[in-house]
Amino acid sequence: MDFGGINPAILIASLMAASVPILLAALGELVVEKAGVLNLGVEGMMIMGAIVGFMVTIQTGSPFLGFVGGAIGGAGLSLIFAFLTQVLLANQVATGLALTLFGLGLSALLGQGYNGLKPAATGAVPLGPLADIPFFGRVLFSHDWVVYFSVFMTGVIWYVLKSTRLGLILRAVGESHEAAHALGYKVNRIRLGAIAFGGAMAGMGGAYVSLVRVPQWVDGITAGAGWIALAIVVFASWKPWRALIGAYLFGGITVLQLNLQAAGSSIPVEYLSMSPYLITIVVLVIMSSGRGKAALNAPAALGQNFHASR
Amino acid sequence: MSERPILLSVEGITKAYPGVVANSDVSFAIREGEVHALLGENGAGKSTMVKMIYGLVKPDTGRMTWKGGDYAPAAPRVARATGVAMVFQHFSLFEALNVAENVALGMENPPPMKQLAARIKAVSEEYGLPLDPSRMVGDLSAGERQRVEIIRCLLQDPRLLIMDEPTSVLTPQEVEVLFRTLRQLSAEGTAILYISHKLEEIRSLCDAATILRRGKVVGTADPKASTARELAEMMVGATLTPPERPAPKDWGGPHAALEVKRLAVASPIAFGTSLKDVTFTVRKGEVLGIAGVAGNGQDELLLALSGEIRSGDGMVKATGVSVGAMGPAERRKIGFVMAPEDRLGHGAAPDMSLVENAFLTGGVRKGLTRNGFINWPAAREFAEAIIKTYDVRTPGSHVAARALSGGNLQKFVVGRELMQNPDVIVINQPTWGVDAAAAAAIRQAILDRAAEGAAVVVISQDLEELLEIADTFAVLNEGRLTAPRPVKGLTIDQIGLMMGGAHGMEVAHLAEA
Amino acid sequence: MLRLEKRPNPSKLWLYGTPVMAVILTMIVGGMLFATMGKDPFEVIRTIFWDPLFGEFAFYLRGQLLVKAGPLILIAIGLALGFRAGIWNIGAEGQYIMGAICGAAVGLAVYPTESRWIYPAMVIAGAFGGWAWAMIPAILKTRFHTNEILVSLMLVYVAQTILAKASTGFLKNPEGMGFPGSRNFSSYPAAANPELIAGSGIHWGVVTALAVAGVAWVLLSRHIIGFQIRLSGQAPRAARFHGVNPSKLVVLCMGLSGALAGLAGLFEVTGPAGQITIDFNVGYGFTAIIVAFLGRLNPIGIVFAGVLMALTYVGGEMASTNLGLPSATIQVFQGMLLFFLLGVDVLTNYRIRTFMGGK
Repeated sequence: MDFGGINPAILIASLMAASVPILLAALGELVVEKAGVLNLGVEGMMIMGAIVGFMVTIQTGSPFLGFVGGAIGGAGLSLIFAFLTQVLLANQVATGLALTLFGLGLSALLGQGYNGLKPAATGAVPLGPLADIPFFGRVLFSHDWVVYFSVFMTGVIWYVLKSTRLGLILRAVGESHEAAHALGYKVNRIRLGAIAFGGAMAGMGGAYVSLVRVPQWVDGITAGAGWIALAIVVFASWKPWRALIGAYLFGGITVLQLNLQAAGSSIPVEYLSMSPYLITIVVLVIMSSGRGKAALNAPAALGQNFHASR
Repeated sequence: MSERPILLSVEGITKAYPGVVANSDVSFAIREGEVHALLGENGAGKSTMVKMIYGLVKPDTGRMTWKGGDYAPAAPRVARATGVAMVFQHFSLFEALNVAENVALGMENPPPMKQLAARIKAVSEEYGLPLDPSRMVGDLSAGERQRVEIIRCLLQDPRLLIMDEPTSVLTPQEVEVLFRTLRQLSAEGTAILYISHKLEEIRSLCDAATILRRGKVVGTADPKASTARELAEMMVGATLTPPERPAPKDWGGPHAALEVKRLAVASPIAFGTSLKDVTFTVRKGEVLGIAGVAGNGQDELLLALSGEIRSGDGMVKATGVSVGAMGPAERRKIGFVMAPEDRLGHGAAPDMSLVENAFLTGGVRKGLTRNGFINWPAAREFAEAIIKTYDVRTPGSHVAARALSGGNLQKFVVGRELMQNPDVIVINQPTWGVDAAAAAAIRQAILDRAAEGAAVVVISQDLEELLEIADTFAVLNEGRLTAPRPVKGLTIDQIGLMMGGAHGMEVAHLAEA
Repeated sequence: MLRLEKRPNPSKLWLYGTPVMAVILTMIVGGMLFATMGKDPFEVIRTIFWDPLFGEFAFYLRGQLLVKAGPLILIAIGLALGFRAGIWNIGAEGQYIMGAICGAAVGLAVYPTESRWIYPAMVIAGAFGGWAWAMIPAILKTRFHTNEILVSLMLVYVAQTILAKASTGFLKNPEGMGFPGSRNFSSYPAAANPELIAGSGIHWGVVTALAVAGVAWVLLSRHIIGFQIRLSGQAPRAARFHGVNPSKLVVLCMGLSGALAGLAGLFEVTGPAGQITIDFNVGYGFTAIIVAFLGRLNPIGIVFAGVLMALTYVGGEMASTNLGLPSATIQVFQGMLLFFLLGVDVLTNYRIRTFMGGK
């Protein structure tokens, strides 16, 4: 089954892999925003995860430890954001931008001497007999563990937000910090936890870029993936499964345009490579123009700092 | 009654904030099953006191005992575990969550959602407060929201229930239902700490009263044996004089100064109330009072009149001009001004100086700009004139609006509009959260302006206020306005019927059950 | 324990004190960073902050300072107007690129005609290019409530692709022997933006930046539009009550910041950069965000902040060539500066109190 030199099974399988970085980052940011915090530093946290994960893998030879390192790198950077916005009450938009600028610089600094190296491969984990099912085995069950992990986390976050007390408290804090405070919840502490979690997820997403997608270290390797993750949270109207759909859509577009470029399509390369960004804009417009339910699902206290005055 | 044992005793509690002592050496005791009133003006320190009992705020000195043992809750969690529950005045519900989720958030160890929903249904029916656990709180009326808070408390079998100004958001019928519930609770042995400044309510409900003024206990009383006047004088510390009303004057001419015809606009606010078919007219020198429970379209009405929401052609006419398509600045130009309810953030910019805030609405009519350039010295003069005329207590016109107390800022905001010699003025909640002296001054200023020939619309939830200053009276109910009626001869029962609207049916239904 | 307590009035002292404090803190922590990298922190700091102004090569570097500060100031002032109003245009880099492309295209279209009207036409085209690029997020925001942060940023990536196409395609130098890049404007006097006073680094962009700073200051402090911008940022509901039309304000602020970024791009590409190449933009559009905040969103403050930031660029390059400091360090340094600024800003609106434990 080939369409213009593109095999659909491989296409779908590779779009799932291509989507992992933005899916992980978007899920993390979704939790952060549900807690009422707007962290625009996703790009910075991703690239920190990318470099720390890369370094750890090179030093230890273990991609798994690399992902752990990536998560720690992203979470570490996010704690700067948490300290500035939750303790020192700095503007969240400005601090998020600062985080991205700082992360891009710091990763380039840390990455000196890592250019051109190859990290240990993150192997595929075919799921036994499932992987032998024709077509679907190739598409769904022959990935590396991070792909499964990203889908698993989608389910976990969905469940936690919807059905657990932790999720309820998190949503409550994002909805009205005054009310949550009046009931005795530690607003800033809960938000701090959410921010660190978001940082860890973004960091893992970044590590997936440098360890699996590329895989090597280049300055600015995440190339705007963090910003697309932010857009996907809006697209998903703060719902985990829709974030998965959104990530796969964008992953699909990226893979498709790369495939079209490789297949020597008649569409100029420039148009193809700007397409993911243009389509992101189009989707944002569609999502935000329907001012109905999607807008209502946005956490009401999003982006506002909380200071308990009395 | 006094033979019942003491449940909670407060001994010598003091709490100071920078620049203000909220409570100074406050002592009182609540007995089991007693309905105890904490009476005082806005700013008397009632809210701070109950926040200490609920563990949200820690006292500086003094102590509390619970059934004779030491009681010093470090957090609301501890207070709830002891048996203290609290119904807040505002700020403790989550609009985008459903009733059951809201209830669960206020409990220590909530049962699974399904069981919780069943218990909510059961308890709410037992106390005559029907509630559907799966409804989104944002879609509920103010009265229903309060039920959510009460049910949340009742599910924890509290020994002491604190209620902070519970009736300010209720219709008279809903107040009756609430009181029935509270009496039932009291009879079952639950003590109730009832915070209010409404004297009649306290006289009909409470067994004992502690009166606070400026953070200190100024007396205790048996409310059933005291007159409202005695209580009021203890609370305010002075004899109050009702506002003076000059004899009405005939301004002649058939034209209405403000004419609103079949006004319908969609609410721009999430969970807001759209206006439907609002019609009224106000003549020169006349004061129209618009009552209604919060959330029935008051904010939307002000926005539509101020020009922040535009309306269809001919729906709003001021001084004979159709203003539906005009913005706020153009409306001010023709003499149509307004003062919104939320003074900090809507009527005034919190971080801007009083000079800048004077310019905020005064720029147009006071001619404070030339070719778009602002004449700051003139704006300062205007600000200082407002401060002087309306007795705004502030170190100067350079301070930020947020530095002023609620009453002073309200005097500034209302004064700013009245100083512009308006022909039509609309004020939402002129005395909300303002102490009695400032409230009296504001009401007097409004009446004086009306006596000079302005048409005035006052939107308020304070019935007594409206009856005191209005000539005609109407009620907003779910975005609809009743036909205005003259205040003279209006009975409280008629007002209740006007306010009832859709709620009235529910109450009637309840009474049968 | 420490506790924050809101000040009734913002502190005037800290309003001006915090940027200074942030710079000092950045020097201290940056110095520690340099030390861990095995460099002498004092030498590095001196190389970055002192030598460009008073060192051996200061006569040349001082000019470089203005060359770098010019576009930063121009862009930052535009951004600051928007930020003050709560409108977050962070895609200035894209508007800068589009301004450069549009302006350059006008000049290259008439090559090699000589006329005194060519450069003014290019300036207008440059401003238009940036304005038009900023209008996309502005109109999407007013029409569809689309988040301007994300859209303006996405458009940076799109602009970069267009830039690649321009330098290898439609604006490529036909006599360039196949190398990417447009004709060099330094050899086309009618379309060039030369140094006005030899060795000073002052070109039309610098002059414009200083003029714009003055105009913006008057606008913000004396004009009703400036009042409306400040009001909208501080209290959006009060702004609507005053009579501000939020949509018009978005269009105005986005348009102004886009046009200024476009101007900066045009001045850069016809002057210091000299030609359209795939990487002529060096991230001024992003660094300008730091400049805007460092200058406290105040036009005069931004002039100082722009020069300071230019200092870190020029001095950073010196440190990189003379002391072998990796060039990414300076980016970290700039990021740190912004962090410290945002952090110590708390002192303007809050007081820090100590209180004893146990209460």
